[in-house]
Amino acid sequence: MLVRFFGTRGSLPAPLSGAGVKAKIRDALVKAIGQDLTSPEDVDRFMADSLDFAAQSTYGGDSSCVEIDADTDSYIVCDAGSGLREFGNRVMRAPAPGKQKVFNLFMSHVHWDHIMGFPFFVPAYIPGNRILIHGCHDVAVMKEAFNRQQSAPCFPVNFGQLGSTIEFVQLEAGKRYDIAGVSVTTKAQNHSGDSYGYRFEQNGRSVVYSTDSEHKLDSLDETDAFIAFFHGADLVIFDAMYSLADAFSIKEDWGHSSNIVAVELCQRADAKRLALFHHDPNSDDVTLSKILDDTIRFEDISDAGSGLEVMTAYDGLEVTL
Amino acid sequence: MDIGEARYADLVLLTPVGRIDHITSPDFQAKLMDAVGSGGPVPVVVDLGGVEYISSVGLRALMIASKESKKTGGTVAVTSLQPVVKEVFEISRFNYVVKVFDTPRDAVAALSGDALAALENG
Ligand SMILES: [Zn+2]
Ligand SMILES: [Zn+2]
Repeated sequence: MLVRFFGTRGSLPAPLSGAGVKAKIRDALVKAIGQDLTSPEDVDRFMADSLDFAAQSTYGGDSSCVEIDADTDSYIVCDAGSGLREFGNRVMRAPAPGKQKVFNLFMSHVHWDHIMGFPFFVPAYIPGNRILIHGCHDVAVMKEAFNRQQSAPCFPVNFGQLGSTIEFVQLEAGKRYDIAGVSVTTKAQNHSGDSYGYRFEQNGRSVVYSTDSEHKLDSLDETDAFIAFFHGADLVIFDAMYSLADAFSIKEDWGHSSNIVAVELCQRADAKRLALFHHDPNSDDVTLSKILDDTIRFEDISDAGSGLEVMTAYDGLEVTL
Repeated sequence: MDIGEARYADLVLLTPVGRIDHITSPDFQAKLMDAVGSGGPVPVVVDLGGVEYISSVGLRALMIASKESKKTGGTVAVTSLQPVVKEVFEISRFNYVVKVFDTPRDAVAALSGDALAALENG
């Protein structure tokens, strides 16, 4: 099983600005002063040894979209944020061998940042393609959201005019399904208008997609239910948009969680890897790297023996499970 | 968990000892809420010198107590953070939302003149 991240921002896409690129180039050149760089190979080595992730790359700016590439003959994608555009382009450029043009979308919910990529998903325009939009919200609610964003005066092509065949599939929270040869378990989450997490399992590997989920920690039963949902997962993708202090104070009831709660739940669930996700659009690359360093340190001081590996999801990241 | 309690004039000083985590935090929270709700605008100082670790639920208890206390014009402050607890405060950004002092005396001095007098007079 392989997990590909196409969009990792929360709330709104946040592209790197020209000034941001310029600052990175300047910092890199300053670091290169006095280095013996006489060939492209020297430069490659210098970049690998001396420039950290934020210095030479970016976490990206697209909103939520994650592909679960399993041993299936159809595609599985979580959420249709702006990252869905690049996912669609990739399929158009290089279709995965052995996969039909059938796309199983799993919707955490239909807030705008999780559906805004759909009008730019090229495969949706192609007759013969089939798109199944799975979700635990009432199908009528999901349909309305997709229709509304893709109709006048917001968009020139109506949702109903798309060339592909689009079906909505009603799922229920707290149930397990076999979809496209993968076991999919659903879980209700605390978020404005509700949201749902999905646990995908196949061939002894598992990944949990749990975004837009506030953990208020006011109910032991609720906490235990999430620990059970994450239990033993090879990867947990977790909404860590805010600091714990913000999540408990000024941003209480805004529907998101923190890196601290992410680590604690994953440790107690014996999960193997944690990917921080749904990054604040106001966080730049340096800030996100600092949050990752902090989170790794917190993992160490809270329960050094847990063996939990912490990473920050970025657009383009691939994790093999 | 063992939580000491002392009163200096209007101020309550709590001294929990051990780990404040999902197992011990209900006790911690109950004691905190008792202190905060013990009539009038009560300054509450939590001496964390004997606390080796505090998890999210322990921090949540501090936040709830702090919010409750603000309703009556009171304050919740913490003191004497051990290195690991200090790091947890920094990583969680709780150092921005809860008043942190180096020593209980510093906190008492900042929060209540009467309490400081009571503390100094034994
Ligand atoms: Zn979102
Ligand atoms: Zn949302």
